[in-house]
Amino acid sequence: MSLSVSIKHRFDGFALDATFVAPRGITMLYGRSGSGKTTIVNALAGLFRPDAGRIAADGHVLFDSESGIELAPQQRRVGYIFQEGRLFPHMTVRQNLKYGRWFSPEITPAADFDRIVEMLGIGDLLDRRPARLSGGEKQRVAIGRALLSNPQLVLADEPLAALDEARKEEILPYFERLRDELDIPIVYVSHAGTEVARLATTLVVLENGHVAHQGDAAELLSDPAVTPFGAGAAGVVLQATVKAQHADGITEVTAGGVALALPQLPAAVGALVRIRIEAQDVMIATARPEGISALNILPATVAMVRRGDGPGVLVQLKVGQNLLLARITQRSADALALREDLPVFAVLKAVSVPRGAIGDAQVP
Amino acid sequence: MDWLSPEEWNAVALSLRVAFWATLASLPFALLAAHALARSEFRGKQLFNGLVHLPLILPPVVTGYLLLITFNLQAPIGQALSQLGIVFAFRWTGAALAAAIMAFPLMVRAIRLSIEAVDPKLEEAAATLGASRVWVYLTVTLPMILPGVIAGSILSFAKAMGEFGATITFVSNIPGQTQTLPSAVYAFLQVPGAESSAMKLVVISIVIAMGALLLSEALSRSVARKIGNT
Repeated sequence: MSLSVSIKHRFDGFALDATFVAPRGITMLYGRSGSGKTTIVNALAGLFRPDAGRIAADGHVLFDSESGIELAPQQRRVGYIFQEGRLFPHMTVRQNLKYGRWFSPEITPAADFDRIVEMLGIGDLLDRRPARLSGGEKQRVAIGRALLSNPQLVLADEPLAALDEARKEEILPYFERLRDELDIPIVYVSHAGTEVARLATTLVVLENGHVAHQGDAAELLSDPAVTPFGAGAAGVVLQATVKAQHADGITEVTAGGVALALPQLPAAVGALVRIRIEAQDVMIATARPEGISALNILPATVAMVRRGDGPGVLVQLKVGQNLLLARITQRSADALALREDLPVFAVLKAVSVPRGAIGDAQVP
Repeated sequence: MDWLSPEEWNAVALSLRVAFWATLASLPFALLAAHALARSEFRGKQLFNGLVHLPLILPPVVTGYLLLITFNLQAPIGQALSQLGIVFAFRWTGAALAAAIMAFPLMVRAIRLSIEAVDPKLEEAAATLGASRVWVYLTVTLPMILPGVIAGSILSFAKAMGEFGATITFVSNIPGQTQTLPSAVYAFLQVPGAESSAMKLVVISIVIAMGALLLSEALSRSVARKIGNT
């Protein structure tokens, strides 16, 4: 299943012109507010009609301005998870969850009520009304309601934006499971770097209504020429396997043939995890440093040096089969005489990888 | 019911019948008018709004007179309707029509406010879940405006029970035919020695009006509790 999107629309003083493909997994629409993210998602759902364009899920055309096709929202089979939940206040949680199936011709096993209720942990809430749910609970019910409508496409418009950090942590794992278990595209709007790093399989970076970059999320994030969150928040995402849990609170993982020591992960040996390593947490040494507290000293070669307009330099390092980014000053880059193919050591403190930057992952 | 004379009882029963039918018949029109005013933009919306509210600000006797010259059996409209077997002039149906028109603005206002309080985003959410417009209205919009519809209907019922000026001008004060409760009170007050009859009807009026008000409050509260606003 994949979704192809091409949308053109003129607003006063703003032109939207976006073309991208969303394959299976989570396609993250990333950009600052006003870049047209929500407009695109509403166009996918049929809640907004663009001037021109074409939207098709595999061969199934939802919108095509040329041939005059425009399916109404109720004919598109999208599961839309709204930022504010939008649960029906006059219905119980159970009635909210079952609302979509009234209108769904056939129910696939993926939309099995008991399974989804169990996955989201909302079995105890079924007889409550939305007014008596916490923010995180509301959002879990909203996710369930969208999935149970038997969608061929899931849309999520900043579903965590209204929640505090603890509640975000509560919901993120559910999206990780959707990404890894659902066979349909998920288009997810966000302007939070952490959500992109943890969830995205495909990344579409929007700037002023245009697609600035699109492609595989891990590749784009490790490209110093892209840095969608700005050089200051640049960082890569690695897929890693948990190798061992040590008694001193260190979890050992391997990623692309490289062993890493990280602060304790709540994951079993053998589990796959995603780790975000921020560029500002990676140091570069031309000789192997000795007598240093950092646990990870990794032999690397410089793959690319990108000088920005400011005092910073982004260095892309090849470590085993992984790419890391390091953000250092111009002065350090000159002092070390960094150039492509130079063998160096990447130095990473274990504690600089925060808990929130680690999530479950499953290689599709 | 021997504490009420047949004449008094007639007036009470007629008033209940008039108010019931006036409310029921005007409800669909009030829903349409309230939706138009709350949700749509069209040319002449202000004029339409003014027309709906006119009975509230015109002297009732003027409304009654306008009804009389429109629906009397010599007038073109009254004549045409009487061909179809519908007669308003000097019948209880006329009293119901007058009451419905006088109560209409109150009902529209209550329903309009409740429609304006419904978040259209909930209706969008229902559409993305597969509901057609009719289903969205039946399963989301209507349940959410129900407190307003109930409050508006009861207000309209109470107003219809008490309508006097337009009714007496339009359909006169014929005992057993068009003599509603307020008309009967008025008639008894014109006759020396009938104060006790008038007083009984006054008490009944107060009881019905208070009962309607309490019922409306209780119903809205229970609906609001179901919706989860409290």
